[in-house]
Amino acid sequence: MAGFNKLVNSYEAALAGLEDGMTVLAGGFGLCGIPENLIAEIKRKQTKHLTLVSNNCGVDGFGLGMLLENRQVDKMVSSYVGENALFEQQLLSGELEVELTPQGTLAEKMRAGGAGIPAFYTATGVGTPIADGKETRRFNGRGYLLEEAITGDFAIVKGWKADPYGNVIYRHTAQNFNPLVATAGKITVVEVEELVEVGELDPAQIHTPGIYVDRLIVGMFEKRIENRTVTD
Amino acid sequence: MALSRDQMAMRVARELQDGYYVNLGIGIPTLVANYVPDGMAVMLQSENGLLGMGAFPTTQAVDADMINAGKQTVTAIDGSSIFSSAESFAMIRGGHVDLTVLGAFEVDVQGNIASWMIPGKLVKGMGGAMDLVAGANNIIVTMTHASKNGESKLLTQCQLPLTGQGCIKQVLTDLAWLTIEDGAFILRERAPGVSVDEIKAKTQGHLIIPEQVSEMTF
Repeated sequence: MAGFNKLVNSYEAALAGLEDGMTVLAGGFGLCGIPENLIAEIKRKQTKHLTLVSNNCGVDGFGLGMLLENRQVDKMVSSYVGENALFEQQLLSGELEVELTPQGTLAEKMRAGGAGIPAFYTATGVGTPIADGKETRRFNGRGYLLEEAITGDFAIVKGWKADPYGNVIYRHTAQNFNPLVATAGKITVVEVEELVEVGELDPAQIHTPGIYVDRLIVGMFEKRIENRTVTD
Repeated sequence: MALSRDQMAMRVARELQDGYYVNLGIGIPTLVANYVPDGMAVMLQSENGLLGMGAFPTTQAVDADMINAGKQTVTAIDGSSIFSSAESFAMIRGGHVDLTVLGAFEVDVQGNIASWMIPGKLVKGMGGAMDLVAGANNIIVTMTHASKNGESKLLTQCQLPLTGQGCIKQVLTDLAWLTIEDGAFILRERAPGVSVDEIKAKTQGHLIIPEQVSEMTF
């Protein structure tokens, strides 16, 4: 590897240094735009006691649901975890800790984390259980909660196309949390469907500039559909 | 007769205005998209990062990378835009969405809403609901007026953990269209054939009944 070339040649190399007890941020919304091969590699590595930050937690047997199944997760920070039966079981048995976070607050926590902002005020959640223990302040006559930023030891991201410098674009709504997650990892690992030459992507259309990306790998994706809804 | 789900959607659709950006929650709110009046343009926001949500795709056009907030496969209309979750909630939290329609378990006379958590049952999460109710100026809650056991869902004070505080001003139930003003529900319209007395009996929170309460027509 030389200069700005972020390419690694194996999933093992992509997640080298991931250790027990670390915090991993994962992109994706439901099963859309999840870094499915990087998740599978975490399962293969058997890394334990992870804190996962992800809007959802996959489904039974796919996506982050695999890591739950394999008892690798101590804590989840998510906005919605309803698609997962095993999750319920581990939550009720006390095996798993869950910090439910409003979706927009979760997105902003990672955006802030990546942008060097330690905390921010938001009206979301004022007067609700998620305000418990949080500092509040009034601005212009309205109450706001102080929410702290999130950063991770690793960020795992699914992109569509990237060049070797780690400039990434996402496809359709598979973008979701991915560009935020990409900014907030100490080590950010991106897997993509397609590698293009340096200079091939229009610089003005890049979603995640390469400065945020530490490692890049090209993978094959199943892209499972959670809720196939059609008109015919 | 109480309103059907589709009639509720039709009634909500009468609140749409040309050029509105609208976020529709899961369930009855989603049906509102079927009743956008002819000649009116509205753009649907899906909080996973899509402004300009279209119809469901044909089997041939299904794309795993194109979903809505309910994780259903969808299409995007011409003129749509796609963005990150942070951008999506900047629109929502920043008050840029003209109308939000969502369901609830309970609302109360202070405009509080409870819609995400029933203690003792599994908590699946609030998703984007807390951001939506905190950010929108114009929210319509759609819900049944009372539970199957006849217990009112329009209360003096919400009993369930809140989704948002003091943010609801308009409620459409299967029995009535109501507004919330100065610590009271105000009965604005009643469903066809539903008496004011029935609505009164099924509203636990303070209810003000104006002299004229029109009956909805469909």
